[in-house]
Formats: sequence, C-alpha cells, structure tokens
Amino acid sequence: MKILVTVKRVPDPETVIKIAPDGAGIVTDNVKWVINPFDEIAIEEALRIKEKVSGTEVVLVSIGLKTSQEQLRTGLAMGADRAILVVSDAALEPLAVARVLQKIADTEKPDLIVMGKQAIDDDSNCAGQMLAELLGWPQATFASKVELGGDQKSAKVTREVDGGLETDAVPLPAVVTADLRLNEPRYASLPGIMKARKKEMKEIPVAELGVDVAPTVKIVKLETPPKRTGGRKVGSVQELVQMLHNEAKVI
Amino acid sequence: MGNVLVVAEHQHGKFPKTTLVAFEAGKQLAKLAGGKCIAAVLGQGVDALAAAAAEYGVDVVAVDGAPFAHYLADAHTAALAELVKQKGVDTVIATATALGKDLTPRLAARLGAGMASDITGIVDASTFKRLMWAGNVIATVKLESTPRVVSVRGTAFDAAKKEGKGAVEKASVAPGANDTRMQFVEFAETKSDRPVLTEASIVCSGGRGLKNGENFTIYLDPLCDVLGAAMGASRAAVDAGFVPNDLQVGQTGKVVAPQLYIAVGISGAIQHLAGMKDSKVIVAINKDEEAPIFQISDYGLVADLFKAVPELTEEIKKLKHA
Repeated sequence: MKILVTVKRVPDPETVIKIAPDGAGIVTDNVKWVINPFDEIAIEEALRIKEKVSGTEVVLVSIGLKTSQEQLRTGLAMGADRAILVVSDAALEPLAVARVLQKIADTEKPDLIVMGKQAIDDDSNCAGQMLAELLGWPQATFASKVELGGDQKSAKVTREVDGGLETDAVPLPAVVTADLRLNEPRYASLPGIMKARKKEMKEIPVAELGVDVAPTVKIVKLETPPKRTGGRKVGSVQELVQMLHNEAKVI
Repeated sequence: MGNVLVVAEHQHGKFPKTTLVAFEAGKQLAKLAGGKCIAAVLGQGVDALAAAAAEYGVDVVAVDGAPFAHYLADAHTAALAELVKQKGVDTVIATATALGKDLTPRLAARLGAGMASDITGIVDASTFKRLMWAGNVIATVKLESTPRVVSVRGTAFDAAKKEGKGAVEKASVAPGANDTRMQFVEFAETKSDRPVLTEASIVCSGGRGLKNGENFTIYLDPLCDVLGAAMGASRAAVDAGFVPNDLQVGQTGKVVAPQLYIAVGISGAIQHLAGMKDSKVIVAINKDEEAPIFQISDYGLVADLFKAVPELTEEIKKLKHA
C-alpha cells in the first residue's frame, strides 16, 4: 500500500517566541527548526505499517520554504521512501494547505494519509479534517491506535476524545491524524541518515499546482499576551492553607 | 442573513458547560451581526434536548435520525452544511472540544469557508482573537469569506443563562452514501466520580515530579477528593504513561481556567502554562525553587511533594471539619 505523511517545519517547542518588530510574524533568528512533533508520530506510524505490510511505500510531503528539505531529509532518515516539497514562500492557511495536499493526493493516490493532529506553531488543528472533506474521504482524528484490516481496505482507529476513548471504523482511503500516545517516534540511525541522502526529493513550486491558495483569513495583528504576575512564596503548608482560605477565599 | 448556527453538542442527554459557552458566544455574535442565533441539535430522539436548548433564548433546529445516533464527522458535516444553506447562516460556531475540533474544519472545507479555531474573543462579526505558538501570541484574525466557521475556547466565555424561549423546529436532512461511511464502533468511557476537568472549579494537576502512576493514586487522589477537584496532568506525565491523555492540561490537551489550580510536581513548561494560566488562583508545589511554574503562581511552596501533599490534604480536611 502507499501511505502519504505530511511534515511541517516548526520552531523547536522549547523556543522562546517573540513577535518581530514589524508585527507580521515571529523573530526567527537563532530559532532551531524541527519536524512538528505530531508529524514525527505520524511518520513513525507509517513506518510501523510499512514494517508489517510488505510492499508499503511511505511518501513524505511538506509545504513551505526550501529549508523544509531539512525536515524531510530527517523523515527519510527515519525510514520513509521518498519526499515531495511543495515550495511556497508565503505561509499558507489550513484550507490552502488542504487544497495543495488534495492535489498531491490526486496524483499520488495513497491508500492512507497520516498527519499530525495539529502543528505547534499556529495550533489550528484543521488541515487533516479539511483534507479529508476535500477528498471526500472518511477521517479519524486524534488517533491513539490504528489497526488495519487484513486486506488493507479498512481501518479501526481508537481516538482520544473527551471523557474516554472512541473507536471508529473507516474504509480506506482515509485520513488519520496522530495524537500523542499513538507511538514513540524512533530516532534516525546513522545508516538511515546515509541512505536518506540518496533518496528522491522532488520539489514543486506551489504555483505549478494550479491550486487556489488565496487567503480567506487575514491576520490583522499579533500581540504578546499580558504577563501573569506571580512569584510569591509561602513558607509552609499551614501558611498556604490559611492564605487560600482567608486571602484568596478559594477553599 | 447574519444568522449564527451553534452546534449544540450533548452527552448523556445533557448539554455540558462547554456547549452553553458556545450558546453564549453565538448569542453575542448574532447580536453583532444583526441576525438570529440558532442552535443545531443533532442526534436520535432529541426532542427533550431541543426543548432544553430553546430555554437559553435561542431558536432551535433539531435533526433527528439514525445517522446521527453517534457523532460522526461525515454525517454531521453533511447535515450542518445543509442547515447553513436553509437558514441563511453567516457563521457556524462550536466549542473547541474533541468533537468541535474534529467537526468544524471539515465543515469549513465543505463550505469553502474561512475558519478560526479555538477563538478567545469576538472583535466584530467577522474578526476574532485566537492564540498561537502555545499561547505566546494573540492573533487578531479577520475571516474574509461568507460563510465563516469558528470554534470557541471553552474557558473564554461564560455559560449562557436560561432566558426567554426560542422557537423549535425539526429539519429533515438525510446524508448520502458518501457521507455515512464512517462507523462508530465503541466508546470506552473513563469512569470517574470527579467533576469534569473543563467544568471543575478546582483542578489539581500532577507532573513528572510524581514519578509514576501509582503516586497519582496515593498522593493526588486524596487531595482531589478532599477539595472536590478534578484531576489534571502535565504532558510530561502523560508522555511517561502515568495517566491517560484525557487528563492532559496544556497546548495539546485541555484548556482550563478554574477558581483554583494546584500544580504538583510540575515544572511549568510553556506548553503546560498555555492550558492553565487563566486560572484565578494558581498554587505551585515543587522542590525546585527555580521551576518556571513559580513565576506565574500566586502561592508557591518549595517543598518535597511527597511530604507536602499529604500534609496539605490533612490541613484542608481539618479546615473543612472546623
């Protein structure tokens, strides 16, 4: 089978985020860039399926600056077979991302698309669901377990929902988005890194796809939220309880 | 036109507080847009729920039928897209619960609509505030399409109050074969006598400092019990397998804003703060006095949690019995 996995280049989660002086984005100097953590989980899940189902091809796709090559190369080093980079200088909103991915899926015809449930930069949690709709495919979001049917024509997916775990059955092709507990992503091995250098990475300028990526969402402004002031210490448990009871009046 | 359609999520025949938050946001938005606020109640056998929704002063459209017995993204999307057309809807609103997050982007794609997820404020009928980069940036975004779709952060608005009585009608919508391919198999509900995390007025959360899952039971359970609190956890604790993911508070988990938030053995990574820094009073118990959590806590106690937490539980017990 063929599995398409999406990869987004994002600032390392430990990055201290500052708004750029022009107010249009964030300061990117000295930022360490990584694969969106949920996308790493998505790659791992595809690789585990590849290890079980012989003949499976794992294709990575990213949309962004040319520098996203780094993250795709890391995914190839983890074990994916080849990569596609749709080069776009402008950051695309989720609906435009979904339209680009739809076009890629039309060409690649995967049996399964695995994505991270959200990117940790814009925190939208949208692209997977949007892509499923555009393709007219079922979706199984926030997955913590994916079981493929024996014929690889369907999947049973356990999902992290409010108050418990829900299991849904979907026919393939489908879009699955990965939640935290789906798996523990592997590190790229040294041989993996060597092999990745020779794997195919195709670049496609976004304009060549003929997809409408015009924004429907305009960012009016970016602001830093007010800082919460804290820092007061209490000396003992007794003092804490007194403060909560008499001063804060919350217990 | 100018109407607002609110997705009235329900569980066990009731509307959780998160749904009432969507009603409130929907009513505010309808007022700004000069339209009506209409609640969409989808399910099987939803007459009582539809009547209950109308008590919040919103009009109600009920969609009843077997395809809606369990929430599934494809059938719900088909039905709601149809209602958007029938009812002259400019904006669809749902709360950013697991259901809302699953549903709203799919609906936006079907409608070709601009979408803002997890909004924390309404500026005008098409402009909203939302957080990005783990709560480090507030973005003001304008949705330049009609219709529009937004999901609302459950802590950002008050729950709607019962007032007036809206009109209730039934709509007949039958999703086609391509919209009924997803199948519900089962729901393994986490059984708990405690308040729901997103509704509790007190939350006690544990982090990696608790060292293992048993210690959540030994140390945090009694504290939650004596306070009538919901239990939460940091991503680190979930990652380490101490507790289930639905307890996770933070950027990639739940967002809470209780009256009192007690962080036990949590260092205070930015991803965790994103989910709890709007709590009214924050208490931190951590043995590392340099832990970032102390910078935002109202009351910090530098102590070994394995001594401090049982002591705290006892002191609160005494106070309650005094």
